[in-house]
Amino acid sequence: MKKPLVFCAMGALALGAGMAQAATLDDVKARDVLNCGTNTGLAGFAAPNADGVWEGFDVAVCRAVAAAVLGDPMKVNFVPTTGATRFTALASGEIDMLSRVTTWTFQRDVELKFDFVGVNYYDGQGFIVPTALGVTSAKELDGATVCIQTGTTTELNLADFFRSNGISYEPVPIETNAEGQQQYLAGTCDAYTTDSSGLAATRATFENPQDHIILPEIISKEPLGPLVRHGDSDWADIVRWSFFALVAAEEFGITSANIEELSAGTDNPEVNRILGVEGNLGAQLGLDAEWAKRAIAAEGNYGEIFAKYLGVDTPIGLERGLNAQWTEGGLQYAPPFR
Amino acid sequence: MSLSTQPPKEPFRLGQLLSDTRYRSITIQVVALVLFALGLWWLIGNTAENLKNLGKTFSFDFLGQRSNYDINQRLIPYDSTSTHGRAALVGILNTLLVAAMGCVLATVIGVIAGVLRLSKNWLIARLMTVYIEGFRNVPLLLWILLIFALVSESAPAPRAFANGDANMILWGTMAITNRGIYVPSPVFTHGAWLIAAAFVVAVGVAAWLRRKSLREQAATGKPPLPLWQAAGVVLGLTGLVYLLQGGIVFTLLFVVQLAIIAAIFIYVRRFVRPALQYVPSQRASATATALGALTALLWAIYISPALWHMLTGVFGTPAFTPSITLDVPALGGFNFTGGFNVRNSLVALWLALSLYTGAFIAEVVRSGIVAVPKGQSEAAAALGMPASRSMSLVILPQAMRVIVPPMISQYLNLTKNSSLAIAVGYMDVRATLGGITINQTGRELEGMLLMGVFYLALSLIIAAAGNWFNARVKLKER
Repeated sequence: MKKPLVFCAMGALALGAGMAQAATLDDVKARDVLNCGTNTGLAGFAAPNADGVWEGFDVAVCRAVAAAVLGDPMKVNFVPTTGATRFTALASGEIDMLSRVTTWTFQRDVELKFDFVGVNYYDGQGFIVPTALGVTSAKELDGATVCIQTGTTTELNLADFFRSNGISYEPVPIETNAEGQQQYLAGTCDAYTTDSSGLAATRATFENPQDHIILPEIISKEPLGPLVRHGDSDWADIVRWSFFALVAAEEFGITSANIEELSAGTDNPEVNRILGVEGNLGAQLGLDAEWAKRAIAAEGNYGEIFAKYLGVDTPIGLERGLNAQWTEGGLQYAPPFR
Repeated sequence: MSLSTQPPKEPFRLGQLLSDTRYRSITIQVVALVLFALGLWWLIGNTAENLKNLGKTFSFDFLGQRSNYDINQRLIPYDSTSTHGRAALVGILNTLLVAAMGCVLATVIGVIAGVLRLSKNWLIARLMTVYIEGFRNVPLLLWILLIFALVSESAPAPRAFANGDANMILWGTMAITNRGIYVPSPVFTHGAWLIAAAFVVAVGVAAWLRRKSLREQAATGKPPLPLWQAAGVVLGLTGLVYLLQGGIVFTLLFVVQLAIIAAIFIYVRRFVRPALQYVPSQRASATATALGALTALLWAIYISPALWHMLTGVFGTPAFTPSITLDVPALGGFNFTGGFNVRNSLVALWLALSLYTGAFIAEVVRSGIVAVPKGQSEAAAALGMPASRSMSLVILPQAMRVIVPPMISQYLNLTKNSSLAIAVGYMDVRATLGGITINQTGRELEGMLLMGVFYLALSLIIAAAGNWFNARVKLKER
């Protein structure tokens, strides 16, 4: 257990001395459960299902890492975090990794001392408004009241967008997506802004989704991805390559259906290396040979996960767009497994 | 004193540090101090090491950096290009605002509820019991959320005002919406100095009258000039000057209005005054006069323009324009523009804090009243004093001794509880410095330290002020 980073100045008690940079992998193995920080609830990305089991696009990354490291995708302890609490949770060691629609920014990477391991969703910030308002562009929102989750990049983009367009707005700060949704539907704010994927996910849960439109303007780049603490590169590698294994699996056609068949050995040496038939990639990570196979088998490859939680056949109905494989004209691209 | 009994001076032995009562207490204190210092040193060292391991430094430089975020309620100019330090200041002012508003309202609610709980009227006493026990025994956070839900779900959205589903109140000057209450704000123009001058003169006159009548009371026992009358002098004189700027018709109409208001006031005060009026000393009376005058000033610059607004609506714009006008909120685009917006988050937090703390204050007041021996009220009754006067002149002044010290801690509680603002998105210091700033800069330790220092300083100031007041009103023993 790491010593806590933050403790209130008054009467703080940081108990226990120890190495702050102990290997996270060892901690996770000793604990036999992965502490994964995730959302407090965002349909499609991370939310408990009817049985109380967490599922979603971000959750799948946690499951893949747990499968790779501990051999069981269910050995994950999900820690719901808000936009404001997530970084403290990660920095303090309360969670081993954060997979929660978090935008990769310079400041978070460099100043806040985190390592982003990849981008599992290329997104951009948008606005949703009731159709009845008759607004067709974000630039018509002069004087509007806008609900915004505090402690997020979207909060900063919002200020910049209105400022640079010379229009005004009133921010209504909220803590969680659920709160934003409630206030937006109650009409307390005219518009709600967050990543456009989040807007689609939120709209999917509305009673009358057709009464709300997502405005065409995308006002920012929001590369969302999992991240770990800075300073433990071995652990970062494990999370990074577990995620890349999912992306590569889609590229090479490894699916949850054919993975057993393929792991008997194929003509493609890269597939063989990923599945542990050839080479010693697992050993180099400090894991066994079948780490990636388990990660992929957990919830399927990247494409399968996308289709299952976010795709056009789900209520959220997101197109692959930028998140298609690079071979399909998208940005998803796993470096070579060699 | 005889010298012969003095024991022979023995050389100091180390064992005496423990065995000798002369040294033992010092030994214990020195050991405790060393342990405390060691603990502190370990704590600071531990923190420094953790920060180093995380690759972080300890610095307050972030306060000077651009904040990049917006705050909806600002008492001082601020935008997203301001610094984090200024954002913290905006938050501090918002904290102070809600704490001050809460303390005032909680006191009013608490005193009334505390007195009424002792009422002989069965219904009123039970109602107060329900209120007090209800609020005391349910967590404050729930009250904040409940009141916030009430104010934001029950009121119409600004859009409803555009299509006529909702209407503005108070002669079209105020709008209650699900985003907050839009009220007019005063605008000062060229002749405002005239009003200010009239106000200063009127305060002087009122204070002089009040002083004179208090001296008369000391000499003859005649009751002094009531405060409301003193305030009325200020109000009337200032308002008259204000109205004369607009012409004679308006002045006459104003006088009629004033007469109606005064009649209502006189009627109401028969019921309210006995419970509230408490005149322990001449100096306190003078303070109260000043407060009354301040209320009158607020009237002069705020409510009378509202009256003006109404009058112009009925009689058309007069030949002269008054020097203080109102910026009346009007629908513009998505929201009302102009005037002040008292946000729902502020309203909810303010009401919840006041009602919650008011319930505790009510118990403090009740205990203070009960602590006054029954003989006091019986003696007052025996002198033929009506119950209301005996409460204000005999019981409450004595109860103050019991009431004031626990009141101070109630004010402290209210101030600290205001940090629950986060639940309804009220941008207090916890939300700006302790929330967004920490989150955007990663300076958790520094931010929390600053917040700790702020709340500590605020609490100490409140406690000091309370103790000063207590020293003034407590029983003087000579």
